Amino acid sequence: MTFKVASSPHQHAMRNTAGLMRLVIYCAVPGIVVQGYFFGWGILVQLILAVLTALVSEGVFLALRKRNFERALGDYSAVLTAILLAISIPPLAPWWIVVLGTFFAIVIVKQLYGGLGNNLFNPAMAAYVMLLISFPVQMTAWAPVQALTQFSVNLADAASVVFTGFTTDGYSLGQLQTNIDGVTLATPLDQVRTDLTLGLTYHESLQNEIFNHGMGIGWAWVNLAYLLGGLVLIKTRAINWHIPGAMLGTLAAIAAVMYATDASIYASPAFHLFSGAAMLGAFFIATDPVSAATSNKGRLVYGAGIGLWVYLIRTFGGYPDAVAFAVLIMNMAVPLIDYYLKPRVYGHWSKRR
Amino acid sequence: MSEMKELTLQGLWKNNPALVQLLGLCPLLAVTSTLINGLGLGLATTAVLIGSNATVSLVRNVVPNEIRIPIFVMVIAAFVTIVQLLMNAYTYELYLTLGIFIPLIVTNCAIIGRAEAYASKHPLKESAMDGLMMGLGFTLVLVVLGAMRELLGKGSLFSGAELLLGDWARSLTVQLFVPDSAFLLAILPPGAFLGMGLLIAAKNALNERIERKYAKPAQTQTIQRVRVTTE
Repeated sequence: MTFKVASSPHQHAMRNTAGLMRLVIYCAVPGIVVQGYFFGWGILVQLILAVLTALVSEGVFLALRKRNFERALGDYSAVLTAILLAISIPPLAPWWIVVLGTFFAIVIVKQLYGGLGNNLFNPAMAAYVMLLISFPVQMTAWAPVQALTQFSVNLADAASVVFTGFTTDGYSLGQLQTNIDGVTLATPLDQVRTDLTLGLTYHESLQNEIFNHGMGIGWAWVNLAYLLGGLVLIKTRAINWHIPGAMLGTLAAIAAVMYATDASIYASPAFHLFSGAAMLGAFFIATDPVSAATSNKGRLVYGAGIGLWVYLIRTFGGYPDAVAFAVLIMNMAVPLIDYYLKPRVYGHWSKRR
Repeated sequence: MSEMKELTLQGLWKNNPALVQLLGLCPLLAVTSTLINGLGLGLATTAVLIGSNATVSLVRNVVPNEIRIPIFVMVIAAFVTIVQLLMNAYTYELYLTLGIFIPLIVTNCAIIGRAEAYASKHPLKESAMDGLMMGLGFTLVLVVLGAMRELLGKGSLFSGAELLLGDWARSLTVQLFVPDSAFLLAILPPGAFLGMGLLIAAKNALNERIERKYAKPAQTQTIQRVRVTTE
């Protein structure tokens, strides 16, 4: 009989980086499928482009940095970054948008800071912001829900639009964005923002055909699918509930207060939670273990900060959605949060009281 | 190495005000949206540096030590005013483009830094040379950064050359490619920060390579070891 002596930790989840990243990717699948169902095949083309670019640029830069690139490529972190970026950008955006964005995310935001674990900012969101401020026209051209559009887009059309700007039948992206009456359709957040500036009330804005009983058609389902994936992530303990809970709670709470004060110009909490990238941001983006706060108390502050910024920028800022900006702003605050909210070391207590 | 050669090397490379001392970053980042803007501000700064360094060097023995900083600042401000009026007279369009950043040359730490660190301790000739080389080093970085941002953002080089050099220079503008949509990030301030970071990284990498090349192979002393343990 042998007496085994092992060093701590004695409880081990048997989960490595690659396994964790794969789990997150699997949990994003329902959202991706629903997004593809409502917004067409473009997302598939974007995903393929993004993953290829991510793997190539990660491999080349690891080789340049003389690191072991086989192991790093096998950890799926680059793939996850690519996927998060690909589902964030408009499905029919030109190919160079996603290629440039993924290259920026992997090379500038991740590898130049020292690779996985050393990046200050969430790579996918930093790249998204870079693209949004550099190419506002392409980055805001969200194709509307397929059910409402004049032309249906199949896989060949989607690939053709992404690479050449026109479908196989010769329609441009601008034409694809119109409904059967030839009116360009926007995303729900865009629509409400524009209508409010035109003097309409929030409820009048909801009469637009892209809304269906208070939610944007498709967008609510996409958010529900990401919520489902996120709950699985919490259930499997891949992420803690603190960041998504605090973010969605803050967003809903502020929205509820504002909605209660003036329902004609402030959107309802449900509208905020189920449009745009709220669920994707809460469960898949804000929870990035590298760039988020590390203690549970810190995570609550971090998540709440993101929720606050999302609401402020959506309602008073210059952009319709704000998850990327909010995440980057709070990434900057992470060192401060981690400094002031260190968990108490066992056996030590604070001097006061 | 002679003093002049050393000053040249220090200003352009080893102690480059922008890449190594990281001084004067405000105008550096703000005006380098095109190559010509960078060149214009760089030349203006160089002119001020030469003038202020020379003057400070001349008066260095009569200025009381306690009030030297205000005096240096006044000397610099005088030269900046001269440069500003000259630009207003001869390169009016460029003067308008650079705007507030011409008077702000007064606050460029590189200039007061050189006056304090070098010119106030060295004779006229060396001080003027130091000003020239530091200015050229600064200009070099402005031009390279401006070229990078202009190329990425608009696909052109030397656009607006006529603002600095007169009408004949209009033909200098090179349009290397016409982007479908301008790469706004390169033209906006964040692009300047990213470009600056990349330039500094490139400079450090190049430095390291040069040093490794010229480093004398370390004397390897072979030590004879005697095996003392036996099985």
